[in-house]
Amino acid sequence: MLQVEGLSAGYGPITALHDVTLGADEGRITAVLGANGAGKTTLLRTVSGLHPARTGTVRLGGQDITRHSAEAMPALGMAHVPEGRGVITELTVEENLRLGGLARGRVKTADLDRVWSLFPPLDERRRAAASTLSGGERQMLVVGRALMSRPSVLLLDEPSLGLAPRIVTQIFELVRGLVREEGLAVLLVEQNARSALSVADRGVVLNLGRVVADDDAAVLAGDDQLRHAYLGF
Amino acid sequence: MAGVPQRLRTTWREVPLARHLVLAAIGLVLVAFTLPAVGDFRATQLTELAYIALAAAGLTVLTGLNGQLSLGHGALMAVGAYTTALLLDERDAGPPLVLVVLAAVAATLAVGVVVGVAAARLHGPYLAGATLAMAVAVPGIAVHFRDQLGGEQGLRTYTPEIPGWAADAAYYLTGSDPSRSTYVAFLAWATLLLGLVLLANLARSRTGRRWAAVRDDEVAAELAGIHLGRARVSAFAVSAAAAGAAGAMLAIADRNVAPGAFNLNLSMTLVAVVVLGGLGSLTGAIIGAAVLTLLVSFGPGLGRSLGLDDLASEQVAPLVAGLVTVAVILLAPRGLAGIAQGRLAARRARRAYTSAPSSDGGSPPSSSTPAGSGSAGTSTAVSTPTGKGTP
Amino acid sequence: MQQLVNTALGGITLGMVFAAFALALVMIWRSTRIVNFAQAAMAMVTTMLALSLIERGWSYWAAFLAALATGFVLGAVIERTLVRRVEGGPELNAVILTLGLFIVLTAGAEIVFGSDYRSFPVPFSLSGTEIGGTTYALTGFDIFTVVAVLVTMGLLLALFQFTDIGLRMRAAAHQQEVARLLGVKVGRMLTLGWALAAVVGSLSGLLIGGGSLVHPHYMESVVVFGFVAAVLGGLDSPAGAVVGGLLLGVTLSFVSGYVGSGLVALAALVVLVVVLMVRPGGLFSATTARRV
Repeated sequence: MLQVEGLSAGYGPITALHDVTLGADEGRITAVLGANGAGKTTLLRTVSGLHPARTGTVRLGGQDITRHSAEAMPALGMAHVPEGRGVITELTVEENLRLGGLARGRVKTADLDRVWSLFPPLDERRRAAASTLSGGERQMLVVGRALMSRPSVLLLDEPSLGLAPRIVTQIFELVRGLVREEGLAVLLVEQNARSALSVADRGVVLNLGRVVADDDAAVLAGDDQLRHAYLGF
Repeated sequence: MAGVPQRLRTTWREVPLARHLVLAAIGLVLVAFTLPAVGDFRATQLTELAYIALAAAGLTVLTGLNGQLSLGHGALMAVGAYTTALLLDERDAGPPLVLVVLAAVAATLAVGVVVGVAAARLHGPYLAGATLAMAVAVPGIAVHFRDQLGGEQGLRTYTPEIPGWAADAAYYLTGSDPSRSTYVAFLAWATLLLGLVLLANLARSRTGRRWAAVRDDEVAAELAGIHLGRARVSAFAVSAAAAGAAGAMLAIADRNVAPGAFNLNLSMTLVAVVVLGGLGSLTGAIIGAAVLTLLVSFGPGLGRSLGLDDLASEQVAPLVAGLVTVAVILLAPRGLAGIAQGRLAARRARRAYTSAPSSDGGSPPSSSTPAGSGSAGTSTAVSTPTGKGTP
Repeated sequence: MQQLVNTALGGITLGMVFAAFALALVMIWRSTRIVNFAQAAMAMVTTMLALSLIERGWSYWAAFLAALATGFVLGAVIERTLVRRVEGGPELNAVILTLGLFIVLTAGAEIVFGSDYRSFPVPFSLSGTEIGGTTYALTGFDIFTVVAVLVTMGLLLALFQFTDIGLRMRAAAHQQEVARLLGVKVGRMLTLGWALAAVVGSLSGLLIGGGSLVHPHYMESVVVFGFVAAVLGGLDSPAGAVVGGLLLGVTLSFVSGYVGSGLVALAALVVLVVVLMVRPGGLFSATTARRV
């Protein structure tokens, strides 16, 4: 679904991504792992057009989208849940969701209903200001908001950040379910490698902006040397 | 080894006070010889240039060196001007001129402390708005207290007689008696030069470094033991004092002090001059004032040649000043002096690099910037807007 | 008694206009974190244009609409071509840019429209209203002023709360990057925000100028009053701008009526300083300890 080839990007004199090649297939979760500063977030930002690529290509369903702007991505079927989740706290829960639907042109009631049924806690608080939500609810909100644009590729940046392990498991199971039922392709960036590999089908390990491993999640989880060197568990 | 020339050069470089005083003295002599030769009309223009430059120099210290923007310096000039007018309200019984100007400076300084205390807690648009309110509010006070401050008509001021010794000196130097305009222009320029020497030295002193530290990084400055409020208030007070002296000169030159002279335009003009001069450079403030004065003197002619009527032609100067302000802030936020200084600094850096292999001997290039340049203003809020692409 | 009522009535009318002007400032502040010091000058230009059209024989209403439309275009063009370059940069640069625009527009208006005082005719009664044998200083134009501002506020509220484009504008104002990821063309929304704010500003210019004398400097004090009103209510709060405008209008009306018209701007300055010292975030701010 999503193919990244030879992607490089950086900030001024610093190169944050070196010649990164990876893919995310439909019906599968691809986890991007690595330490702080490995280039994980830059990868997602470059893929979704928030940050310019220096070299390389990003293809979505065969179409070259490397030079497309971030604003154009939802219409192409890509949804990016950014680092820190990106809840717009000044809007209500429903407004946040509607905004997700607007990304595809207009808000469909069916989409809204689906999110309400997927996330009952949100349903109870439709008109509440998003600023009043808990961390877990906020994570539900941004995933729900991403689903409102009916994406074929979902980029998730550190969904586990700041959440209790129980909530993290819930969120990951939910994503797992979505992938199974809808054939979504998910590119999941995580520092928490252990739980990410437990949910992912495939894992890509980044170190200082380079891909150092790319294999089945089970294989990566079983590679003690790799785990100790890059994944910290 | 080091001979007298070498020692002089070292003194020149390392003792700013000496350098500034020498430059000011040379300037004063130049002015003394030039003024009688230019005629009354030009002398009046030069007077205006001097007091605008002085107020702009004060604003430059505040904005460029301390990072506070004031849109209310016109109002501070009004304080100085009204103080002067109240003291010079009789034809010949007034106190000595020096005392009058000092009183005007003192009064404005006091107002500056009060305003500065309030301003020290504000930043950016809030400070701009508050000082803008001051610029609009102050002329209204003069209108309201008609009996004391003359209302819309304003107060009349009397120029003191030219002292005998000054007239004699002028006669022997130039061969003619000084006219009133020449005398006033000389006064204004002497005040300007004195003000610049004081401001330049203050900028180089411990106080000036504190102001700059507060501008650059409040937290770091506070950690270094600098009292933020005190630094801000003192910068505002000094800046106000310069505006007060400028107001005094305006009062003496115009012979009439009325609220209309201190409208929003005056405050805006000062901001334009400071921006034009590069926010932070005293030299720049003078250049900016000169450019503006030139505009004011050529603008109307330009307007008429474009087929405008007289009233409309008067507006060509502010129009151009505004356009240049916008252009400078968009294209060269460091202003005219910034452009020149950038070149100079680059050349110096090249020279220092090629000619000084033993780097321990010389002083760093930045310590030899020309006199009067309080600070290059490289790290003012109004430096180049970089850093957009970094995370 | 009659004077008291008249002063209060005048204050409310004036306050409504300040409220509109403050609202325009708040709209721009919320979306771009810039105080548009050029707004009064922009409103002056569109009002002078309307007057010129009326003098050429246009009807009041056609000129009124033309002024609002010009305001829209002026706001959009200024944001897109000039302000865009200082957005997100040092705040001093934005302040100086809008001041520069203020100078340019004012001087430009004097060249184009002349600097004479000209009376701005309105199709409303300019004499007081008689209620129960007493004449109160509430003119037909005053009533129109209040209604026009209320209608505008209602329209803005509807736009921002109930339409898709309003939702996009709010998203762009609060979180630019997230909005982009959700497909919002943030640049366009900011331009639209400036354009709408300029329309509201133009409305206040037309309402202040209507029935009285206008010239290129007639809005100069309004830039201060509008700013004070906006800060009074909190620069972030549209509702606060409206309340701040009304409070300031009534206060200044009483100062003018009972103390002296020369001190009106000074009173505004005092209000501003007191608010900034006591409640820097404005009367309605949720966060009390905000840096100003």
